[in-house]
Amino acid sequence: MKYIIKKVISMIITLVVVSLCVFLAFSIIPGDPALKKLGTEASPELIAQTREQMGLNDPVIVRYFRWFTAFLHGDMGKSYNYSVPVSGMILNKIPITLTMAIMSFLLTIIVSIPMGIITAKHEGGVLDRVVTVINQIIMAVPPFFSGILITFIFGMVFKLFTPGGFVSYSDDFAGFVGYLVFPSIAVALPKIAMTVKMLRGSVIDEAKKDYTRTAYSRGNNTNGVLYRHVLKNALIPVITFLGMLLADMIAGSIVIEQVFGIPGISRILLTSISNRDYPVVEAIIMGIAMIVIVTNLLVDIIYRIVDPRIGIEE
Amino acid sequence: MRNKCAEVIKKIKKDPYMCAGVIITVIILLMIVVGLFWMPYEPTKMSASEKLKGISFKHIMGTDNMGRDVFSRVMYGSRVTFLIALGTVFIGAFMGTLIGALTGYYGGLFDEITMRVIDAMFAFPSILLALVIVSVFGTGWIQLLFSLGIAFIPSFARIVRGEVLRCRNTDYVESAKLQGVSDVRMIFVHILPNIKGVLASSILIGFNNAVLAEAGLSYLGVGSQPPYASLGKMLSDAQQYMFTTPSYCLCPGLVIVLMVLGFSFLGEGIRRWE
Repeated sequence: MKYIIKKVISMIITLVVVSLCVFLAFSIIPGDPALKKLGTEASPELIAQTREQMGLNDPVIVRYFRWFTAFLHGDMGKSYNYSVPVSGMILNKIPITLTMAIMSFLLTIIVSIPMGIITAKHEGGVLDRVVTVINQIIMAVPPFFSGILITFIFGMVFKLFTPGGFVSYSDDFAGFVGYLVFPSIAVALPKIAMTVKMLRGSVIDEAKKDYTRTAYSRGNNTNGVLYRHVLKNALIPVITFLGMLLADMIAGSIVIEQVFGIPGISRILLTSISNRDYPVVEAIIMGIAMIVIVTNLLVDIIYRIVDPRIGIEE
Repeated sequence: MRNKCAEVIKKIKKDPYMCAGVIITVIILLMIVVGLFWMPYEPTKMSASEKLKGISFKHIMGTDNMGRDVFSRVMYGSRVTFLIALGTVFIGAFMGTLIGALTGYYGGLFDEITMRVIDAMFAFPSILLALVIVSVFGTGWIQLLFSLGIAFIPSFARIVRGEVLRCRNTDYVESAKLQGVSDVRMIFVHILPNIKGVLASSILIGFNNAVLAEAGLSYLGVGSQPPYASLGKMLSDAQQYMFTTPSYCLCPGLVIVLMVLGFSFLGEGIRRWE
């Protein structure tokens, strides 16, 4: 319990630092948001008035606290370009990106854990060597290129899905998930390769340790040792790695959404960046950072459950 | 000397990973270096009569939707990608090593604050971090280079910090301390040479990640601006012609794959060297 409290406090500190960094980064950019909002033809009085209204005359730190507390209450400010609340712009897009990230995450776990175990079990065998080479190649393919290839092969040649034929989750949930299958594969491919490589190495390392020999000497067969003893220990570093992957997958989804024409978070993020619509960019960045930080906390807690030894020496 | 060379070559020949890595990397580097002096066509020269041609003797990778020679553009683009990746790793490794070494060696409040900031940066995947920095600095290849460089600092800083922490309590550091070695000399002459193996392998991995990140970002359109080519940008332009002219899309994509693959095979080979 003490451990969890400590982790939560450290998470809150990280969150505050993140928000501070994001806010400061966007407030040192040259350019006046009031001018941006009103256009260059606005009169100086109007600009001054708007500046006052938007609270731009206050010191940075005051503005930061105002923004941060509002953010915690779910108020993400207003878009400069569209003058609508940011939360309305992004909230219905988040499920799309998140669903895709979670689907690729599940795919990674389902495929890579059995693969990692099998390759480690038959270390040096034909299957192991083939998988290792394929892994190296897959890791070298950027996800957006595999996305393009997948669109071409499965979308255009085999016609298993219609490229660009995205269905919203509110209209047809099954169709929505169905459309996301291939994009998720594109996101997951390199991650699967990495996880297999990692798990394989971890199992092989654990199998060399003394407790494995003891387990064998007590009359266990290979499978018994592997599943009851080795795997428990071998999975620990992999869990940390998977936690980091979830963050990567959300970022990976941003690129893949562009490839498959999915109207998720990515399109808003990119247009807001090129339009310099900072409240929107800030909100999206903070949203993703929060997801990542909370995931890390969950990973830490799961870690602790899997391996009670962790944290005792601290 | 000659014997040694022969020995190295023999060793390379024996390891398939090393062998493949050397061959692929040499091909890619050759393409980049030759591209500095000679390209079959001007990469920005358009030709209305030769749009979207497939592979032929005249255009070995075909032409794009504006009739530009894809091979010349790939030569130019791989140079851009390579240089940005190199610069990114240089900035990341240099700053990361400096920060990691100082925080690891001195510890204390400075370490605590820096590590918090680095944790915060870690909360962003590097491609996202680079996007944020690009949105602050604006788009363009120099901005992209610095954005990616900054985004790569945290991982290097963490690795170096961990290694320095490990070395700090070793006997040789203690004995150097007893001899009155200054802190600067201690860090740069005594500790850093001992972690160069770890650093070298993280630089190779970092380079690959930088190539992939650059390609991803320029695919999103924040890298080098048209008409100049970057491999990622070419792919995003080529995507809609995938069905009619597959060569336009496949060639730049394959070059990215080969560039990364070459270095990852090399890394794997170096790891197995002993």
